[in-house]
Amino acid sequence: MGKYLDIFVGWFGYRLDDWALLTFGTILNILVVVLPVLLAVAMIVWVDRKVWAAIHLRKGPNIVGPFGLLQSFADGLKVFLKETIIPAGANKFLFLLAPALSLIFGLVGWAVIPFGEGVVISDLNVGILYLFAVSSLAVYGIIIAGWASNSRYAFLGAMRSAAQMVSYEVSIGFVLVCVLMCVGSLNLTDVVLAQKNVLFGVNGYFFSGLFPMFIIFFISALAETNRTPFDLPEAEEEIVAGFQIEYSSMSMALFYLGEYANIILMCGMMSILFFGGWLPPFDWEPLYAVPGVIWLFTKMFFFFFCFAWVKMTVPRYRYDQLMRLGWKVFLPISLVWVVLTSGYLVFFGRLAS
Amino acid sequence: MNELLLEYLPILVFFIIAIIMAAIFVLLPILVVKQKPDAEKLSAYECGFEAFTDMRKQFDVRFYLVAILFIIFDLEVAFLFPWAIALGNIGMFGFVSMMIFLGVLTVGFIYEWKKGALEWE
Repeated sequence: MGKYLDIFVGWFGYRLDDWALLTFGTILNILVVVLPVLLAVAMIVWVDRKVWAAIHLRKGPNIVGPFGLLQSFADGLKVFLKETIIPAGANKFLFLLAPALSLIFGLVGWAVIPFGEGVVISDLNVGILYLFAVSSLAVYGIIIAGWASNSRYAFLGAMRSAAQMVSYEVSIGFVLVCVLMCVGSLNLTDVVLAQKNVLFGVNGYFFSGLFPMFIIFFISALAETNRTPFDLPEAEEEIVAGFQIEYSSMSMALFYLGEYANIILMCGMMSILFFGGWLPPFDWEPLYAVPGVIWLFTKMFFFFFCFAWVKMTVPRYRYDQLMRLGWKVFLPISLVWVVLTSGYLVFFGRLAS
Repeated sequence: MNELLLEYLPILVFFIIAIIMAAIFVLLPILVVKQKPDAEKLSAYECGFEAFTDMRKQFDVRFYLVAILFIIFDLEVAFLFPWAIALGNIGMFGFVSMMIFLGVLTVGFIYEWKKGALEWE
């Protein structure tokens, strides 16, 4: 670290070799994360379809490549070769900006996800706040898409989506506050390390009084990423495809890329906040022999499986039910839980300071 | 200060890379793939007839209400973040002050609830 410090000392008189080295190293780091994330999105779409198919007692994609593994790449190539249609009444710049924003905000959250102790692109001391901010920004891609399309369905879909996402974000905020009261730090590495041996040798907060908050976080994550049962923004029967109705070609695919990148990010957040991130499930020495990344990915995969499972088993909510759940059930419960958690921590002297 | 800035440099670079990737994804098909637009293709989707009006005119006021409520509660969360971190240092006084603040907000929330701002019939 030390040799990079003098870069900023004289902003204009920096030493090029250090500066170039630092930037090059950072770019390499980022590509090592971003490219696997994009690959993971392609594979997770395939997993998603396979799980749906299994629940339907179908086979799912099985033609392209072994077990249909290359299906997503074939889809991507086909979508790429389609014409990009920009409606006559649309605001052209915003229309093309929206899917780009959707992808950008789906990716940048990964900058602070720790894959192991110290294995992180940027070990921000305000990591949770950054993640919270980035996941809130995702709504911009959708609402800009709806507004720029100049189509009735797109506009309705965007309004619904914006209202839904902001409603559930409030409870996500309270859930995060509960977690970081127990941790006493906004740094994600600290969050994971604080979960070591929480109770009876179990790693992770899911086993403690924060378990109800995990349930709320999981359901809110479904709503945040517009997944069933909260996929009102794309309700096919009512508003056709919602905000993405006018999109074609790669622009449409980018919404899916962004959405799935966000879903995996949410799965990662759940693993890190409640299930001990890269720590093994039990504080037992032989389990630490397995690399932390494997544990993290296993947990994320499990949550993703739950996402796919929920999608196939739960019917869609009506809009008033969705808003009622967000504002009248989750908000009061999470607010009360913040008070209870802080009360417990203060009166029993369990605070991390 | 320098340490702090250094932590944010990767995020800046990450944003730049993400923007470049997104731009490539959006613009490449437009440049590479043959475009054949016509009037019907470029019209907005509207169940077979021409759109009557511009679509950005009006929307249900309740969306607006939800947005206002969101700002109030998100601000509350923004207050809670530093409070939650500092709770170990500010002790009982900090705890009680925040509980009073939350109590006031809860009264407002109950008022909204009773007024029917959260109803979607």
